[in-house]
Amino acid sequence: MTDTVATTARPAANSLTAGKLPRWTPWAILGGSLVVSFVIFALIAMGSGGEIPVPGVAVVGALIYVVATVVLSGLTEGRRKAIDRLMTTLVIGAFLIAMVPLISVTWTVVSLGLERFDATFFSESMRSVNGEGGGALHAVVGTLLITLTATAISVPIGLLTAIYLVEYGRGRLARAITFFVDVMTGIPSIVAGLFAFALFTALLGPRSQSGIAGAIALAVLMIPVVVRSSEEMLRIVPNELREASFALGVPKWLTVVKVVLPTAIAGITTGVMIAIARVIGETAPLLLASGFTNNMNYNLFDNPMQTLPLFVYTSYRQSAGTVVADLDRAWAGALTLIVIVLVLNLIARLIAKFFAPKTGR
Amino acid sequence: MTAVPGKIRAKQRPGDRVFSGSALAAGILILVTLAAVALFLVVRGVPGIVADPEDAEILNGLGFWAYVGPLVFGTIWSSLLALVFAVPVAVGIALFITHYAPRALASLLGYVIDLLAAVPSIVYGLWGLLVFAPAIKPIYGWLVDNLGWIPIFAGPVSATGRTILTAAIVLAVMVLPIITAISREIFLQTPTLHEEAALALGATRWEMIRMAVLPFGRPGIISAAMLGLGRALGETMAVAIVLSATGVITFELLTSTNPSTIPANIALKFAEGSFGIGINVLIGTGLVLFVISFAVNAVARWVVSRRKEFSGAN
Repeated sequence: MTDTVATTARPAANSLTAGKLPRWTPWAILGGSLVVSFVIFALIAMGSGGEIPVPGVAVVGALIYVVATVVLSGLTEGRRKAIDRLMTTLVIGAFLIAMVPLISVTWTVVSLGLERFDATFFSESMRSVNGEGGGALHAVVGTLLITLTATAISVPIGLLTAIYLVEYGRGRLARAITFFVDVMTGIPSIVAGLFAFALFTALLGPRSQSGIAGAIALAVLMIPVVVRSSEEMLRIVPNELREASFALGVPKWLTVVKVVLPTAIAGITTGVMIAIARVIGETAPLLLASGFTNNMNYNLFDNPMQTLPLFVYTSYRQSAGTVVADLDRAWAGALTLIVIVLVLNLIARLIAKFFAPKTGR
Repeated sequence: MTAVPGKIRAKQRPGDRVFSGSALAAGILILVTLAAVALFLVVRGVPGIVADPEDAEILNGLGFWAYVGPLVFGTIWSSLLALVFAVPVAVGIALFITHYAPRALASLLGYVIDLLAAVPSIVYGLWGLLVFAPAIKPIYGWLVDNLGWIPIFAGPVSATGRTILTAAIVLAVMVLPIITAISREIFLQTPTLHEEAALALGATRWEMIRMAVLPFGRPGIISAAMLGLGRALGETMAVAIVLSATGVITFELLTSTNPSTIPANIALKFAEGSFGIGINVLIGTGLVLFVISFAVNAVARWVVSRRKEFSGAN
């Protein structure tokens, strides 16, 4: 403690802080750079009579900050410390750069989407709507039906496969399944759509776009995600639980159903929710497999079925980039979609947080 | 017990047989599904690949390979450009979260980056078209005016901003979360002793990262980049909306003549309503895309598995 007192009394005498810039230096340089940048742009703006571009001020200010920091640090602290400061700036800069699109997308979607985010939007379809009004009820219904069907297909298959890989699988077949699940993760979504389209035209002839075809395309994309996350969760179930159950004479399948699955169920649910959130925003496979329409369609097995991503896309195409009523509907659809995805992600995180098994790690 | 016991076999109950049988069946069903995907693409795509250019209107009198060539080029070129932007930023973010940000904030910042992955691609498409392209257009104009002598920045500048560079930047934003997530996992697994040893020898934080963290994480970064490349190759709607494509092979980034990509081309042609042999041609291009992304993913997995004991990617 006496050292710190001495430091405050005679800073220059302390060899530990000698030759170092004080801690407030970066903030001071940052403020100074922004002021200098602002003055430069203000002078240009006065000369040409234009406005002061805020992004321009930020970018030029950041450049001045980098140069000033490196020069100042290089002169007082030496080359190594200067490089360290440069890299710190770049790393923080990378994070800030990634924030720009996130904030811009959020702001755009919320501000433009709220225009038509009203009761009509969720209670009417687009049947015979021309111009103002109309809604996305048919698309919401379609998205719910198709996503639920895809979930109903992929969760049993995915979960049973994960159980096979963790509890039963040994040898070559298990390795092959693991490898091909990885391959499946990498299938481009449009290829899944082409597959469902080709499958159903082969079975039912041309013009066979339907909700179920879209659900199968989404299931192809969803299964590997469900397998991966369920497998992870089953693997962290402690082996002692299984052994205790076996020791009591419980058959293996009952052990899995009554002991292993309940322990891992929170993590599995989280994985399923995240898988749903991933496929619910898919546009391309549904464009091919389930088509688009302006009408309500509750029948999965006949006629094209509208979905929210397709609603956004068709509204945008109809607007040709200019018709305001269509564009407003497109943004409202986009907002709905993002809200659904965020809610799913949030529920998944909450489940994972509050119901996760205690692994002792 | 002095006698060596024989192998103990669990009693096979009917429930066990049914349960393990259905688990096995589910696993095999996945293999069958994947085989079916490949089979249907081949069966329906090959007629398009060998189609007579005279019959298929969509080919415009060219052969299939002449049709798919520019698309393959555009797909790979836009994805590579996206990686050039995404990988340095993603590694920077991962370093920031693991080694620079305050501990209490780190996982929260990770969630924030994951939010980028929660935005559907169609929304990125609309945003890229209506917000980003107009915003970046003046910069393109400046680049063409001042750096136009560099071939890839050659003019005339696009009037809409819907160039391959815009599409690549939107793609970069979309693949950023996956590359960040994997790099972050790997940086966290750097042995703490290596890091502390470097710091104890007097290294600055950056020197510690350069000497301990980055060499350890290199295979992980490579495979993360490959997985990001796989994502970018298959990305459809964002590119279909943002890019104003003319179907040529060119390296110029800022003009209004741009190569299209395979998935975007399929989506646009389907939306316009192509039928008959045209569909076979499109499925044929889908088969080509499937092969490319399969190869990229296989290489990525191979890189990971080769260094499995060191890298944390699964």
